Amino acid sequence: MNRMPAALAAVRPQTQHRIFALTLLAALAGMLALATGASADVLTPESGGSPQADSIDTLYKIILAVAVVVFVGVEGTLVYSLVRFRARKDAVPAQIRGNTRLEVGWTVGAAVILVVLAVVTFVMLDGIRNPPNSDADGFPTAVVENVSDASAFQPRTPNGRALNILVNGQRYAWRYTYPDADDNTLNNVFSYEEMVVPTKTTVTLEIVAQDVAHSWWIPQLGGKFDAVPGHKNFTWFKIPKPGVYRGQCAELCGRNHADMVARVRAVEPAQFKTWLQTKKRQIEAADELAARVRKQIDTPPPKGTE
Amino acid sequence: MAATDTAVRIPEITAHRVEPEPTGWVSWVTTTDHKRIGILYLVTTFVFFILGGVEALLMRVQLGAPDNTFLTPATYNALFTLHGTTMIFLFVVPIMAGFGNYFLPLMIGARDMAFPKLNALSYWLLLFGGIVFYGSLFFSPPEAGWTSYAPLSGSAYSSNGGIDAWIYLIHLTGISSLVGAINFYATIANMRAPGMGWGRLPLFVWSLLVYAVLLILALPVIAGAVTLLLTDRHFGTGFFDQGLGGDPLLWQHLFWFFGHPEVYIMILPGFGIISEVLPVFARKPIFGYKAIAAATVVIAFLALLVWAHHMFSTPSATIVLVFFMISSFLIAIPTGVKIFNWVATLWRGTVEFKTPLIFAVGFISVFLIGGITGVFLAVFPVDWQLTDTYFVVAHLHYVLVGGSVFAIFAGIYYWFPKMTGRMLSESIGKWSFALMYIGFNVTFLIQHSIGLDGMPRRVYEYPDIGNLGLYNLISTIGSFILALGIGLTVLNVVRSYRKGIKAGPDPWKANTLEWFTPSPPPVNNFDVIPRVRSVEPMKDIRRQVARQAGAGAELPPAPRH
Repeated sequence: MNRMPAALAAVRPQTQHRIFALTLLAALAGMLALATGASADVLTPESGGSPQADSIDTLYKIILAVAVVVFVGVEGTLVYSLVRFRARKDAVPAQIRGNTRLEVGWTVGAAVILVVLAVVTFVMLDGIRNPPNSDADGFPTAVVENVSDASAFQPRTPNGRALNILVNGQRYAWRYTYPDADDNTLNNVFSYEEMVVPTKTTVTLEIVAQDVAHSWWIPQLGGKFDAVPGHKNFTWFKIPKPGVYRGQCAELCGRNHADMVARVRAVEPAQFKTWLQTKKRQIEAADELAARVRKQIDTPPPKGTE
Repeated sequence: MAATDTAVRIPEITAHRVEPEPTGWVSWVTTTDHKRIGILYLVTTFVFFILGGVEALLMRVQLGAPDNTFLTPATYNALFTLHGTTMIFLFVVPIMAGFGNYFLPLMIGARDMAFPKLNALSYWLLLFGGIVFYGSLFFSPPEAGWTSYAPLSGSAYSSNGGIDAWIYLIHLTGISSLVGAINFYATIANMRAPGMGWGRLPLFVWSLLVYAVLLILALPVIAGAVTLLLTDRHFGTGFFDQGLGGDPLLWQHLFWFFGHPEVYIMILPGFGIISEVLPVFARKPIFGYKAIAAATVVIAFLALLVWAHHMFSTPSATIVLVFFMISSFLIAIPTGVKIFNWVATLWRGTVEFKTPLIFAVGFISVFLIGGITGVFLAVFPVDWQLTDTYFVVAHLHYVLVGGSVFAIFAGIYYWFPKMTGRMLSESIGKWSFALMYIGFNVTFLIQHSIGLDGMPRRVYEYPDIGNLGLYNLISTIGSFILALGIGLTVLNVVRSYRKGIKAGPDPWKANTLEWFTPSPPPVNNFDVIPRVRSVEPMKDIRRQVARQAGAGAELPPAPRH
């Protein structure tokens, strides 16, 4: 690129050339500044919360490396052609109509690059799609039942065990229902907005929507999975260390779509157990209070007090 | 096919008009002349382009600062719905039809389109579709995005008439495009000049042919889908209602089965413009004519097989994801081939830096980025991170603004002299390009990072976390630079229409038959239709004229027809 100003000096002082070259230079300089001056996350997705997010990040970086080579190659040839073959007094354009060998070559070349990217994707897919078992010191979990939705893929750990949380998207909040030992789903622990989970434990999510479509997304824990009414979608994560991970609904769901936020708070398994018990007591207490109030309302008032 | 070397009669329109030609605005309303209809299309769609641009600027102002309160959520949602719908259905698709209307008959040596009255109908349907859609501004504009996903677009969640105005627009512009596409197809198939076989068809006409076929294949699907949505909304059916046995995902499949071909409907004619402009200003034949024409057809075929890459995050079996990843990869190959061919066309040419060429080169340099980010999005695990974020917004604008819009501007600068008889100012044109190019990249390059940082699209506000505020401010500043650049071209057009330098019939020494006529062309286009002997008939004609002038200046023999 250093050669360009020198090459420009040789051009007859035509403003049109200069404007164009300056435009290109400005754009290229801008791109370079962006590429070098900024931190790593300007160019790569969020990661660091869960193995699958890290795998996606790696896959992305591989594609980025290939992309940079293609980009520099094509843009370089383009800029070179424009500078080298600009109209000059004595220049005669070559009347070439094509070159079969060259054209077959770059078609095959493009195909080979894509085959390589496909193979890399397949190699990494298992680690992204399928969750590992929980660590030995993780939160004890039960075997997750198979859910029937023919269209979807349900991730399963090798030993079948995971903490399976039901995620329900509704305008404009996320509701999380935790599993418990009995078949009654009405007395389960639940929470809104903030999902508390144990570290070192594989968490699988069953994602549903009860009104319009939403999309579950915590960038540092992996990709998006749409919550579509009438369907079940699935994903998983396994967080090694305590921390808070933020995200928000990623599918337009109405006027307050921007405010439909979600948080995942990872705590040590022992702490999680305590949280679960506390939450259960709070919900039971609230239920009892509600039952009392309901009874009061339902009881007909004594005569003469109306 | 029809036109071979044997003498074939060209269908001609013979007018026996006795009443005086209408003048003034009546002449525009009643016209069936493809050139006038073309100009109506171009002007109308450009007005919608400006409206869509103003909507974009309003959104960028809102997003210029975190937690901004310039717009309400309802207004913001209406704006991005209007912006997307306008740019796609009222600007990019129909402006390509505008160029097609004006130049298709001229480029193939015909005197009008095959069905001139249907042609006028196409235009008026488009205009009224747009007017009714914008009429919703005075009541309740739609707020469900240009994709109008069910159930959000159902009566339970969008009870006002905005969605119905949107459906009406889809139907009217859809019929308009369908009628126009059939017209294009019939014209290309039947009305080519003698000697113009398929191997001598200008590449812009090839792209229009494929554009027409894709429209004919894709539009009935969206017409059906919005009709189902209409009956769901008003007549109690439940096609997209899971409670009644329907399925919201059905809408997504139908929409994108149309929606992805639509992307190529918007870009292929742009490819065609680039393939016309580059050889003229490199003074060199297009590199690999057959490969470019074939790539256009292959892209169109594959465009029908990639729709679910818009749905990678919906509940999907792995095999489905893999299929659509591979098919999306495949489409990158013919697209890449075109880019390589264009660069090779410049190679060893003598490149004249006129404004049309500069826009065409700008197109290649930014469209490449859109193509490359498309490969990222085709890899479904990566797409799970990127979809529905500003990364996708950046990608689609690199394809549609960096791609289609730059190609459209190349077309405007290239063909304005033919349409008006006057040249556009080169210096204003170059300033316009410089501002547009810088403004475009400043606006959209940073949006990749905004998306990678976790900001979803279609949000009216965002929290002040990390660099989001700074990045969005950069993007907003860029959008105003881009708007300024576009404004300069508008100014250039208005100014040059009256004051531009006289162009003459063939100011660029171009290759195709539209430059054989005076500028602007007369109503009947050609008094005599020249016999086409190569893919660059004007080169042959100029050579013949030069030879005869040198040999003693006899008149050229009247071409047979």
